[in-house]
Amino acid sequence: MLQSYLPILVFATLGILVGGAFVLLNGIIGPRKPNKVKIEPYECGLPSQVQRTFRFGVSFYMLAMLFILFDIEVVFLYPVGVLVSAAGSIFLLVEIIIFVVLLMTALVFVWARGALDWK
Amino acid sequence: MLLGEVDFVESTGVMVVKSVLIFIGVFLIVPVLTVVERKLIGRFQARYGPNRVGPGGVMQPLADVGKLLGKQVFRPENAIAFLYAIAPGLVILSGILTLAIIPFGNVEDGVGLYGIDVSIGVLYFFAFSSFAFYGLLLAGWASGSKYSFLGAMRSAAQLISYEVSMGLALLGVVMMAGSLSMTSIVEAQGSIWYVVPQFVGFLIFMISGFAETNRSPFDLPEADAELVQGFQTEYGGMRFGSFLLAEYLEMFVVSGIAVTFFLGGWMGPGPPWLDPVWVVVKILSLIFVFIWVRATLPRVRYDQLMSLGWKVMLPLATLNVLVTAILVTVL
Repeated sequence: MLQSYLPILVFATLGILVGGAFVLLNGIIGPRKPNKVKIEPYECGLPSQVQRTFRFGVSFYMLAMLFILFDIEVVFLYPVGVLVSAAGSIFLLVEIIIFVVLLMTALVFVWARGALDWK
Repeated sequence: MLLGEVDFVESTGVMVVKSVLIFIGVFLIVPVLTVVERKLIGRFQARYGPNRVGPGGVMQPLADVGKLLGKQVFRPENAIAFLYAIAPGLVILSGILTLAIIPFGNVEDGVGLYGIDVSIGVLYFFAFSSFAFYGLLLAGWASGSKYSFLGAMRSAAQLISYEVSMGLALLGVVMMAGSLSMTSIVEAQGSIWYVVPQFVGFLIFMISGFAETNRSPFDLPEADAELVQGFQTEYGGMRFGSFLLAEYLEMFVVSGIAVTFFLGGWMGPGPPWLDPVWVVVKILSLIFVFIWVRATLPRVRYDQLMSLGWKVMLPLATLNVLVTAILVTVL
């Protein structure tokens, strides 16, 4: 069965070849005339004041946490989803409903606490 | 066949040849897409679009690649050299790897023109399409510029917000087909294409697809008016071209997945050898929709994008899954 995964290697090789070529070709073909202004980070008219460390809004962090919660929901639902039509059992259905209702309760909770409002 | 186990195993040589064929085919189509998009956008806006290079501008992609290759390579002084260089390659790699999963033809009456057909099909797509996310994030972070960084954070937030709805939209189809394997899902659509019973799922998938590929109206990461070019700001030459190529590749793959899951894959009238043609025709029509929407809708605001993703798409997709589960069990 593992043999059916072999084409991944073919595609990965092609991907690395193409990606590598695109990344490296400019260095071979293109000219090299560096100067001070060229290597400054882009800035729109102002003197450039960019550091290596950045701060970013805590909303992004909230989103990442929520993503983990709901992506796990999706991952857990997939194995059940494959079985649901073949099994056709009410028990399985009730289980799915309980699981999804619990997660939707979580969504309503974070929604009411304002975590989904973009500030 | 309950779990979509694939018992069709062929020789290594045939697999390699098929994979390379698909790769070459797609890489012949994608450059044409770039010029077709510019022509179409031009026509939508009552102008000609590119028409100088070659007859009607068809050689434009070659001219673009030539120009991009001739550019000087440089990186900003704040950039982290290795990560800055590797990021565009990662995005391309992700695009090409996801290409493997689209089935272009049937096993029974054709050669079975697909890269891989494994029992985890859908999960393979999610695993490797999320791989592009590392490319975007690294590109923005390693560039050492605030516009890149903000663009990367936005892309990341946007991608993960819509990934959940995308997964749930496909789950409805998986429940109906009872399999994760792409070919089994297409074969399950013999009587009726899933776009009819799963219309809500199709809409959710397409809208999430627009967000996942960073296409207008969800092209917030590269909102030129606020963020210059988002995570690509500091890139030039072919590295910049990589992001562009990856965007078209992703558009092709998302359309391919939509065709496989909702539009009956290779199903269509005519002899079996027409199967790949049908797939490509369906994919191209969906890509036309992508271009059409880009020419029609204005860009949404970032808070609108986020509330659409979390407050509309996610509950709707969950409801769709629940209703599908009930219907599949009861009927």
